[in-house]
Order: sequence, then C-alpha cells, then structure tokens
Amino acid sequence: MSLLNLNWFKFAAPQRFYGLAGSLIPWFVVSGVILTIIGLVIGLGIAPTDHQQGDSYRIIFIHVPAAWMSMLIYLVMAFWAAIGLIFNARLASMLALSLAPTGAIMTFIALWTGAVWGKPTWGTWWVWDARLTSELVLLFLYFGFLSLHASIEDVRKADRSAALLAIVGVINVPIIYFSVKWWNTLHQGASVSLTKAPTMATQMLTGMLIMVFAFWMYSIAVALYRCRNLILDRERHADWVKEVL
Amino acid sequence: MSQSASGFTIFLGVITRDLRLALRRKSDSLAALIFFAVVASLFPLGIGPEQNLLMQIAPGILWIAALLAAMLSLHKIFSEDFIDGSLDQIALTALPLPLVVLAKTIAHWISSGLLLTLISPILALQFNLPIDTVGVLFLSLLLGTPLLSLIGSIGAGLTLASRGSGTLLALIILPLVSPVLIFGAGAVESYQSGLGVAAHFSLLGAMLALALFLAPFASAASIRIALE
Repeated sequence: MSLLNLNWFKFAAPQRFYGLAGSLIPWFVVSGVILTIIGLVIGLGIAPTDHQQGDSYRIIFIHVPAAWMSMLIYLVMAFWAAIGLIFNARLASMLALSLAPTGAIMTFIALWTGAVWGKPTWGTWWVWDARLTSELVLLFLYFGFLSLHASIEDVRKADRSAALLAIVGVINVPIIYFSVKWWNTLHQGASVSLTKAPTMATQMLTGMLIMVFAFWMYSIAVALYRCRNLILDRERHADWVKEVL
Repeated sequence: MSQSASGFTIFLGVITRDLRLALRRKSDSLAALIFFAVVASLFPLGIGPEQNLLMQIAPGILWIAALLAAMLSLHKIFSEDFIDGSLDQIALTALPLPLVVLAKTIAHWISSGLLLTLISPILALQFNLPIDTVGVLFLSLLLGTPLLSLIGSIGAGLTLASRGSGTLLALIILPLVSPVLIFGAGAVESYQSGLGVAAHFSLLGAMLALALFLAPFASAASIRIALE
C-alpha cells in the first residue's frame, strides 16, 4: 500500500495509532541518535572557534534547537488541542497532552543553556531581556496547561479545558513577544540578537541545523511514546489493551 | 423577571444582581482593597524608604499590587453560582452565554478593579508621585483593570471543573496578563521619563477592545465545559 492512498483517518482510532506509533518510534529514535552524533561531531569538533566568544559559543548547538522547539511544540500542541476541542477527537487531545512535557523541557533547556551561555559572554546568568522574559512566560504557559489538566478529574473535561487554555495562550504569545519589546526599549537592558546568524560560519550553521533535526526526532519519538502510554491508560478497559499487554 | 424581558434587561439584571451580592458581602471587596494597600505599603518596608528609588518603582509596585488584589476575588465570578447551581439557570436564560459572562465580568470589574483604580491615587501620593503622574497611573489602571477581569474570567471558568484552588487560577492567569502589566506600568514609567504615553494607551485600548470581544466567548466555552 503506497503512502498516497493510505487512509489517514484510519489512525484516528487510538488502537490503530498505538500500533502505528509503536512501529514509527524506532525510526525516530535511530535517526535522532545518528543526527545527534553527526551534529555534535560537527558542532564540537569541526566548527571553528568563534573569534569573539571562544569555545563558549558551542552551547548554541543545544540552545538554539531547544529554543526553536520550545515555541514550535507550543504551536503544535495548541493545534492538536484545538482539533481535539473542535472535533472532539480523543487522539488529538492525547497528542496535545503528550507534547506538553516535552515542550516544557525544551523551554527549560533553552533557559538553562541560555544562562550557562550568558555567564561567560555577558557576565551574568540572567537579564530581563525581551527574549528571555517571553521564554520564561512560555514555560509558565506550559506549566499552566499541565497543572490545569492534572487538576481536573474527568479526563474529557480536562482535555477540553486545557485545550481552551492552550488556544488562549497562543493568542498571547505574539502579544508577549511584542509587548516585551516595547517594555525593553525603556529599560535598555543588554540584548541578545540573532543578527549574528548570517555571519555564522557554514560549519556552525550546518551543525546547528542538524541538531535542530535531531531535536525534532527526539521530540517526536518521546511524544509518540508518551502518547502510547496515554492510550494504554485511557483505554485500559478495552479488550485490545489486555491483548497487547 | 417578566417573560417579555428583553436581552438588555437581562444583561442589566445580571449586573445588578452580582453587584447587589457584592454589596451584601462588602468584606470581600474591602479585603481586596486592604490587600492592595497593604502590599503597596510593604514595598517601602522591604526596599527601604529611599524616596527617589520608591518614586521610580512606584508604578510597577502599584500595578502588581492591583493585579494581585484583582486576582483574589477572581474565582468568585462563577464559582459560587456554579456550586449552588444557579449558573445552570443563568446559562439557560434567553441571553446568549457570552453576554451573560460579559455582564458578570463587568460586575466583577466594578466591585474589584474599579474600586482599586479609585483608591490608587491615594497610594500613589504616598510614593510622592507628582499629580500628573498619578493621573496617568489612574488612567492606565482604568484601562487595564477591565482587562484583568476579562482575561481572568477565562481562568475562572476553566478552573470551575478542577479541584484546584485559587493558586491554580493564578498560575494560569498571571502569564496571560503579563502584557497588561507591561503596558500599564510601562505607560506611567514612560510618562515619568518624558516619553509619550500615547503608544502604551493605544495598545492597552486595543487589547481591551480585543478582549471585550473575544474573552466572553472563551469564558463561555470554558463554562460550558464545566457545566456539561
């Protein structure tokens, strides 16, 4: 059966998706590991030392992919949450819930590596800069999503309430971004900018992009794995689950 | 209420009902006001009575104190009606649910945000802010506190079904209202530093217009999830 005439809705059933996810996870894990190795070899071995920051810049190979993933995962999470809310699709809600912890971890890694990077380059762990603050707010949005979901007993209500929160949060993300920019013009804090990107050496950029794909693979694998667990948990009364286990 | 009651009558009816309830229990609104004053007065104790520093950070302090005080009564917008079942009745009126939510939010704003705004000049004078700056602060709170009630009503609806307390509501809402805080306090700060306030006020106004339209729908959706 070719991919084109595959019925994608077939996999909206948790049972079928469970099987599909199970067969897909090894691929994402393997490609994730391979990409990480290549990315780290390029990043830590081949890429030249930065003439301004020395070797401390090399944390970029973790920092930037994590920061990108943190925002992307929020959007993807809100997308699936919305699908789950609008079409009452159980699997979509489970996917959204599976993505949230990974998104929160990515946000945390981005903040943490940013602090580690900030210490040698700016001489400080933390600056109330626009990007940093909005990233921190993003972390709180993830926490809000997860704790709201955890606090509601009824799973369906939890899915729907958390979905609504995720959607409201999306509207807020660009607002936070721009408002903090306004706020920052008054405070004149030190600013991080990505204007360095075009002047980046090719090996640096290659290493970084490979690491971005490695993070993609990792996130997909982990989210699918978590989703499989969620399916098992929520369908525990179904006969097929007993057969699987 | 007569059967022929028009939508507008019901709308006003919901507002007056909630306001009357708030009046019967003055201690809630008063507690928020006292909390506002106490938090604002604790800052000089914590930071030290240095006049220039306090003047500089007063807008931020007053804004944060107002935000936290408004947060105190937020869960009450729907929770009491939800527990005694009258929210089900209210949801069944001829008025669309988003409008009912809007009416309840307006009542909440009058009994919390508006009162906070009204006493803010007194607190601002304590921080030695000049009269015109106090005016800007007053206007920024007047524009900003309805936003707190509107955005907060979404969180109040979402936490109805949860066994979580007010802490959860704060966790959900505080990140969402951070732009309000930034522009609200930012307006006063930029006025103090001689820059115009127009940009901040325009953005606050734009956010208010947007929230007036969107927030009632989101809150109504969250209430429907809790009621079903």
